[in-house]
Amino acid sequence: MSTLNDYLLHLADNAVVLGQRNAEWCGHGPVLEEDLALANVSLDHIGQARLLYQHAAAVIGGDASEDKLAYFREPHEFRNYTLLELPHRGPLVGYAAADRDYATTIVRNFLYSALMVMVWDKLQSSSDETLAAIAAKSLKETSYHLHHARDWLIRLGDGTEESHARAQAAVNHLLPYTEEFWTSSEAERAAVAAGVGVDVPALRADWDALVNETLAEATLTRPDFQGYITEGKVGLHSEHLSFLLGEMQGLARAHPNASW
Amino acid sequence: MYTQSMDIPDGAAKKPTAVPDAMSEQEAAFEARIAADGRIEPQDWMPAAYRKTLVRQISQHAHSEIVGMLPEGNWISRAPSLKRKAILIAKVQDEGGHGLYLYSAAETLGTGRDEMLEGLHSGKAKYSSIFNYPTLNWADVGVIGWLVDGAAIMNQVPLCRCSYGPYARAMIRVCKEESFHQRQGYEALLVMMKGTEEQKAMVQDAVNRYWWKCLAMFGPPDADSPHSAQGMRWGIKRISNDDLRQKFIDATVPQAKVLGVTLPDPDLKWNEARGHYDYGQIDWDEFWNTVAGNGPCNKERLATRVKAHNDGQWVRDAALAYAHKQQERAIKEAA
Repeated sequence: MSTLNDYLLHLADNAVVLGQRNAEWCGHGPVLEEDLALANVSLDHIGQARLLYQHAAAVIGGDASEDKLAYFREPHEFRNYTLLELPHRGPLVGYAAADRDYATTIVRNFLYSALMVMVWDKLQSSSDETLAAIAAKSLKETSYHLHHARDWLIRLGDGTEESHARAQAAVNHLLPYTEEFWTSSEAERAAVAAGVGVDVPALRADWDALVNETLAEATLTRPDFQGYITEGKVGLHSEHLSFLLGEMQGLARAHPNASW
Repeated sequence: MYTQSMDIPDGAAKKPTAVPDAMSEQEAAFEARIAADGRIEPQDWMPAAYRKTLVRQISQHAHSEIVGMLPEGNWISRAPSLKRKAILIAKVQDEGGHGLYLYSAAETLGTGRDEMLEGLHSGKAKYSSIFNYPTLNWADVGVIGWLVDGAAIMNQVPLCRCSYGPYARAMIRVCKEESFHQRQGYEALLVMMKGTEEQKAMVQDAVNRYWWKCLAMFGPPDADSPHSAQGMRWGIKRISNDDLRQKFIDATVPQAKVLGVTLPDPDLKWNEARGHYDYGQIDWDEFWNTVAGNGPCNKERLATRVKAHNDGQWVRDAALAYAHKQQERAIKEAA
């Protein structure tokens, strides 16, 4: 019961946090078409988060609800990958003002959607029927996200000198965070054992192939990994998540008895 | 959403105008088509002034959609439930989509999007002044849907019959989406009005701040409208500012009663003789001052658009550079 729940929250928190981040481009995109594209990607993530939280709330029972799970949990209770909570900008502390860099956004969306098309594909045969149905819907959406991010990554990498430099910097900045994909948490291991979840480390070779092939086409290089492996999915986050959640949850928490 | 640039007065109803002696065959064909309530299409001949008026109006309308994304976008990150967040993202995204169709419609008249954006960014082109007011609490999002989009619909439904085909067709889709926006805004407010005292106070506060601004959206009184009757005659403008405003008020008062909010106008009352609601004086000095650039958010809105455009330059450059490289590669391969 709690295994399934932890696993669902990991998937839901990934979706809500990245949805929140991508929506930050709404009204500020580099070109109107991209403004709309990012809003749509964000909308898909919020939609995925809602379905997953609703399912988790049903598993938890009692007065649990999608909004209680999204708005009334503390940062350390969130189970998303650290990669997804980072601002759209190279390394900065949490309280530093964040300008938006489109290369960072595109590289993150690429790295994550490249993983999630594989995860959703496998989850279609999850022993949890509701999760399998959510996966089938999410796979279609995520295929578009991957297509969008991959096309742009190639354009940026093989575009101008500036776009190449920005794309390379974003790859160098974000790629180390993907190491978190390949360590399995207790919740993930239990979900795999129960036939509910996906063995994500087993996807690594396919993911590497897709990433390497795309980086090559984008004329970008893949840096060697060195450094810290993040642990957002077990609740140990970067400084950025509490800012993100503070903003997202503030109004709902100021009116805990309100319905919207 | 909409632009208030269509402030062309009523009065000069659509009568066939006297045809000047020197009118060319092309001009006569244009006039005849307008007189017969036909559509003008991009490839058709049209007078330079008709083209210019349309480019100005459609581009200002497009700019309004894009600038209008900002006040509502202000609340996306803080939407108090995931359902409302999803609705708001979809709604703001729709407004961006309207901007896209409208820029495309204006491009059929021979003016590029870059040139239109340059007009916006330099401050030369206007956009709807309603977006120069701040969104201060969550209920503003609902009130913008209900009142601002509601006023926009009143203005835009007649534009679906506009004489310029691409504009008229764009407006049909825009109106369908705006109508949905209005209903979602009203529904969000209904839920809040059934909620806590704080929620009810938010709704009333938002209505108080937006009511008069929405009435001003229809443009100056017919008697003071700066543009000529030409728009009416050309079939670009169909109903006068004052008539649209009255129609909006008459439709909105009963909705406010159902909602349980007070519209902030002590002079608002039913006039049996006129068959309409009477209403108080709109503060036109404040309106014109805001149109002139001195509203509470004019500088922020424009600076934000300019920043997004400038910051995005390298992305657009990259896309172009890549497209050129791809073309060159295709030519080399073919050779």
